[in-house]
Amino acid sequence: MLYVVIAYLWAAICLYLILGGADFGAGIVELVTKRSSRPRVRGIMYKAIGPVWEANHMWLIIAIVILFVGFPEIYTTMSTYMHLPLLMMLMGIIARGTAFAFRNYDAVDDAMQGVYFRIFTVSSLVTPFFLGIIAAATVSGRIDVEATDFYAAYVGSWFNWFGVAVGLFTVAICGYLASIFAIGQIEQQEDQILMIRLAKLFVFVVMICGLGVFVAAYYSNIPLLNWVLGDLWGQLAIVLASMSVIWLFVSFKRKSITVMRILAGFQIVMILFAATYQHYPDLILLKNGAHLSLIDHSGAEAAIDSLAWALLLGSIFILPTLFYLMYSFSRNRASLSDVS
Amino acid sequence: MDDFIAARSQMAMSLGFHIIFACVGMVMPFFMSIAHYIYLKTGNEIYKGLTKAWSRGVAILFATGAVSGTMLSFELGLLWPGFMKHAGPIFGMPFSLEGTAFFIEAIALGFFLYGWERFNKWFHWGTGLVVGISGIASGILVVAANAWMNSPSGFDYVNGEYLNIDPIKAMFNEAWFSQALHMTLAAFVSTGFAVAGVHALMIIKGKNVTFHKAAFKIAAISACIAALLQPISGDISAKDVGKRQPAKLAAMEAHFHTEANAAFLIGGIPDEETGTVKYGLKVPGVLNFLVHGDLTTPVTGLHDIPRDEWPPVAITHYAFQIMIGIGVLLMGLSILYFIALFKKKSWLDSRWLMRLFVIAIPMGYIALEAGWVVTEVGRQPWIIYGIMRTIDAVTPMPGIVYSFYVFTGVFLSLSLAVIYLLYRQITMVGYLYDPTDPHFKLKK
Repeated sequence: MLYVVIAYLWAAICLYLILGGADFGAGIVELVTKRSSRPRVRGIMYKAIGPVWEANHMWLIIAIVILFVGFPEIYTTMSTYMHLPLLMMLMGIIARGTAFAFRNYDAVDDAMQGVYFRIFTVSSLVTPFFLGIIAAATVSGRIDVEATDFYAAYVGSWFNWFGVAVGLFTVAICGYLASIFAIGQIEQQEDQILMIRLAKLFVFVVMICGLGVFVAAYYSNIPLLNWVLGDLWGQLAIVLASMSVIWLFVSFKRKSITVMRILAGFQIVMILFAATYQHYPDLILLKNGAHLSLIDHSGAEAAIDSLAWALLLGSIFILPTLFYLMYSFSRNRASLSDVS
Repeated sequence: MDDFIAARSQMAMSLGFHIIFACVGMVMPFFMSIAHYIYLKTGNEIYKGLTKAWSRGVAILFATGAVSGTMLSFELGLLWPGFMKHAGPIFGMPFSLEGTAFFIEAIALGFFLYGWERFNKWFHWGTGLVVGISGIASGILVVAANAWMNSPSGFDYVNGEYLNIDPIKAMFNEAWFSQALHMTLAAFVSTGFAVAGVHALMIIKGKNVTFHKAAFKIAAISACIAALLQPISGDISAKDVGKRQPAKLAAMEAHFHTEANAAFLIGGIPDEETGTVKYGLKVPGVLNFLVHGDLTTPVTGLHDIPRDEWPPVAITHYAFQIMIGIGVLLMGLSILYFIALFKKKSWLDSRWLMRLFVIAIPMGYIALEAGWVVTEVGRQPWIIYGIMRTIDAVTPMPGIVYSFYVFTGVFLSLSLAVIYLLYRQITMVGYLYDPTDPHFKLKK
């Protein structure tokens, strides 16, 4: 049953990155569009994520619950030594969630919309950035559980160039996902062309940021290149992801929306696979050389079993309804009339 | 403020705010569904407007409840890693199930908010009801996890190790039922009176009176039924606490000496140092009867409990008094309302009854918070009752006091924002929700 739980953890993180990522990206896309076309873009984004945005963020909760029930030592190590970036991420989550709800459900349409907009877009950047920083810190081997001074214990492990690079990469991925997702939600030809151009731009931004991650890893003595390209599976993932980019550009030309979405999702799965495969089952690499592993540091067997059953049971309820929700609101793109 | 107190304050504050957001999110969907049902049955457009108005409130409160809940799932680890390391696997079962319930709630809310004229009307109505049901389920599950801290079970504690873990047994611990029942009713009492009071205020002001009367009736009836049931659940809770956590019960009543025919204390200023209570009214035998159902079995006093295992007596006692006092007042108001509803119809149009409901707006929430203080402060110095002390669970990271300030700022601004938004919803009722209002415009 342990493997069921691990599979769910991976899937939850992956889905959060894809669905939650596209959701964060909505704010980023809004931020980078010209002021004049912002109201239109906002309308598009709102139609795209309005009905599903709450559900997208549930994946994070699922991942956290899996961690603290199934892998308490990993959860407590992270929450102790990643306290500060987690705090920043939480601030982002709270600001963003509420700003989104407020601007859509506020009864009066006035200058407050500008305030919501600023909070929404800034927190759309901050949250994935710190998510990336935390992810980077878990594998960078800098978490020092023996440190005695504040900086070494609570700041040094994540506040470095590698963390920043991964943070920016995560932000870029979010923007990329959102722009791809938005293409399918647009009715007008000219808007669609605008969004495709933006998506192409994000492809390059993601690539440059990805390169930045490798450069930062190299200068920080993190053997990222070896991890990712060290064996056949990693190489295969990277090759497939790169090839899918070419296919993506073909589908831009053909305007085949489903293909675009599948390819973008596939790329994220490949990136996450390449990034986690070599470490598996280790989730956190500590400075003293110890590894916190999903196998060796799992909770009591009874807890894992009941967690697995709860997840399987939950899936029976969640997956069909979630699928139906997404299906219902992506199919009928036309009149999303009154939002009450 | 030292880091330990800061961590406790931050947790208390986060839960204190979350509890309100969560209660509204649990109860309002039911009001919304009732209004929606009346609309579907009668075709009265006012009830459609009311359903939409309330669903906006649900959407706003659900969003704040969801983010503050997300924060809490992190704060458990950020502040209490020593606790989560051991407790996570044991009391995690309700949290894993709650994840599902919460997810379903989010999905159903998506269907409901955006589903007007899109789906079969009864399917649409059903999704609204599912929001409420899964909200209540989430609430009960989270309370079951808290109940485990009061009544730890489902493991053997041997030489500092937690062995033979049984998550199912931990979930169905001795306290879960009494706590969940009390909390669910409290959610209906507090939210019901708050909603009813706001609409009563609008009735007094004479704005969109038919609309607000329809709203008032749904909320008031629900609140009053719950307020009349609450004492029964309170009695179950008191007997349960007396049996499992004698220190908490003794602190609630500032009961220092173990004795039979124990008196129920009303008011009074307890002094922990001398073990005495100044002022206050003692009603002989009542406490004994409430706890044991007789007058002869002695009720354990604080002096029979080791001094370092006492909860803060004064805070627990005052909070308990506030909760009981408000509970009695709201019961009185409920009785008045039912008399008005069945015997004295003329009272329903009277200003004094509406004014009483306006006064009751914050009452339920104050009682709710007070009750929460009784449960949590009354459990101290333990985080897992009898097993782990709170001070042994706190994070080693220094400077928590700054985190406390940040969270205080966040929650204060969040609450102000929510109040501001709800205020704007109410002022726009005539334009957006009440079809009989001359300003009403159907939004396309």
